[in-house]
Amino acid sequence: MVIDLDRCSGCQACVAACQAENNIALIGPEESAKGRTIHWIELIPYIEGEYPHIKARLLPRPCMHCDHPPCTTVCPVNATYINEEGLVAQINHRCIGCRYCTTACPYTVKYFNWYPPEWPKEMKGSLNRDVSIRTKGVVEKCTFCHHRLLRAREKAKVEGRDLLPEDYIPACVQACPSGAMYFGDLNDPFSTVSRLSREKRAFRLLEDLGTEPKVFYLSEGM
Amino acid sequence: MEEKHFNLEEDAILFEPIRKTGKTFYITLCILVAIILWGAYAYVNQYRQGLGITGLARPIFWGVYITNFVFFIGISHAGTLISAILRLAKAEWRRSITRSAEVITVLVLFFGVGNILMDLGRPDRMFNIIQFAQFKSPLLWDVSSISIYLTASSVYLYLPLIPDIALLRDHGGKWQWFYRIFALGWQGTERQHHLLEKGIAFMAILVIPVAVSVHTVVSFVFAMTIQPMWHSAIFGPYFVAGAIFSGIAALIVAMNLIRKVYHLEDYLRPVHFNNLGILLLVMTLLWFYFTFTEYLTVYYGGEPLHMAIFWSKFTGRFAPYFWGMFLFCFIIPLPILSFRKTRTPKGTLIASLSVIIGMWLERFVIVVPTLTNPRVPDEVVSYFPTWVEWSILAGCISFFILLYMIFTKVFPIVSIWEVREGREKSMAEVRERIRTYLPGIGVE
Repeated sequence: MVIDLDRCSGCQACVAACQAENNIALIGPEESAKGRTIHWIELIPYIEGEYPHIKARLLPRPCMHCDHPPCTTVCPVNATYINEEGLVAQINHRCIGCRYCTTACPYTVKYFNWYPPEWPKEMKGSLNRDVSIRTKGVVEKCTFCHHRLLRAREKAKVEGRDLLPEDYIPACVQACPSGAMYFGDLNDPFSTVSRLSREKRAFRLLEDLGTEPKVFYLSEGM
Repeated sequence: MEEKHFNLEEDAILFEPIRKTGKTFYITLCILVAIILWGAYAYVNQYRQGLGITGLARPIFWGVYITNFVFFIGISHAGTLISAILRLAKAEWRRSITRSAEVITVLVLFFGVGNILMDLGRPDRMFNIIQFAQFKSPLLWDVSSISIYLTASSVYLYLPLIPDIALLRDHGGKWQWFYRIFALGWQGTERQHHLLEKGIAFMAILVIPVAVSVHTVVSFVFAMTIQPMWHSAIFGPYFVAGAIFSGIAALIVAMNLIRKVYHLEDYLRPVHFNNLGILLLVMTLLWFYFTFTEYLTVYYGGEPLHMAIFWSKFTGRFAPYFWGMFLFCFIIPLPILSFRKTRTPKGTLIASLSVIIGMWLERFVIVVPTLTNPRVPDEVVSYFPTWVEWSILAGCISFFILLYMIFTKVFPIVSIWEVREGREKSMAEVRERIRTYLPGIGVE
């Protein structure tokens, strides 16, 4: 995934799309103030430089889907692991809720269900049937809308063709009105994301930790 | 050397707690049970509603339960380790204190493990740890290491109990059948004594590396992540030293109570408290050395992330906890333990209580500030434990005291046969041993 910060307007459409797509529970303002919110993608303030050359911006932050994720090695039950697509996956029905992965993640992008998930009655009918609902006491995280990949694969199979790059994009990328988010195969040297990731503007979060995130940001810099 | 030749009159006071149970015992029992029930009520609430009723939140995913886990496992280093070292060093003064130390280890381990289980979001899935064991996770190392430790310390507690159980079996009283089973047919023959001593010596050697490994891997839970001020190579030895430190303190407190309640002034003498006080003094200094090294290294490294946590401990939000820890772990115990005059049972008791509080704070100060300052900036959330967490902590402590009390009612808390052996054999043995040290006394 590539996120162009020079294009991002901070509208939070990605956040809203993600909440709806992935059946993320609503917890209300009171619990939210305590830090119990779940956001698979979130806009965080990111401050570059120091006064007087300071630049503050909002940075959409999904799971980085690291190549060397610090969260997967610490899981005692293999409930979080790198799957064959290279995504960091979470098996919600195996997770014991020890919250070791959440503390080990340097990006703090893993979330815990402090309560049983709840929705207002009116919303219950519009939950996404492709995404399983988590229980209380387990960890959840961004999957890059993995269920969309499964669905796209099935569709391609039914139509008797190969999976095309445009068949599968996560909800946040689809929703971005300013076209600031790109999604594709980083291993394909000719894909848009691959080309953008090699741009001069490209950087990754906490690159010095050696986690090799698969989310690149583009920014003109200071 | 037939055990049966002894009459009960000798060391009769050691049988007193088992024979008679006073009113105070039942009153204490009731109070403890009430606190335990309250703690259980808190946990049931948490189990039904979710961990949301604790003070935990993102990014402070770990709090009091993990602090308790490290703390209780630390306390467990009192018993087995100290007792094993004293046994191997042939320290004669150990005879009347080893049992009370070993019991602490075995009992307190359950509360260390229990706190981890209570911290789980899905305790009903805890057997996934066995079914889907992933040995790359330091938590699995903990599971393995603590299981071995618990088994080894239980055996190590049980072996020296056998002759005493046989004594209880032979001299009548309640629960004959119970003592008969657990005495394993002990008759006190030469061969049995030989086997027992061999077994104890073997276990004493075995438990030392196991005990060291336990607290090392507990520290690895933190040190193996890349989080600032956790990712530190000093954590292994730092945690082991801290564990022994708090362990000795717990032992001194337990001995003080036993001494007072069961009138064992003749068995647990000022010299015992003096000697343990010196050990505690050594650990106080060692604790200071480790703490000093740890923080000085961070300070000179000066990485902004580390410094944010460093200052939050020194002058920021966690300053009361940090300086409280320093006060209780160092400033209070150091002067008390430094002078012979204050190294009395009462003096060491005050120092030990202070150390226990200080070491709990130390664990808290290790766990929480790091999580409060994540690498990627986020909303600031402050953590304060709720009534649920405090109730469960109170419940755990009460439950531990209760189990300890019950133990003293079923088994002698001072190893009777070892004390007798000390009286009969050791005088001559020690004399012989000293002869081998000194020049000019003509041994061979």
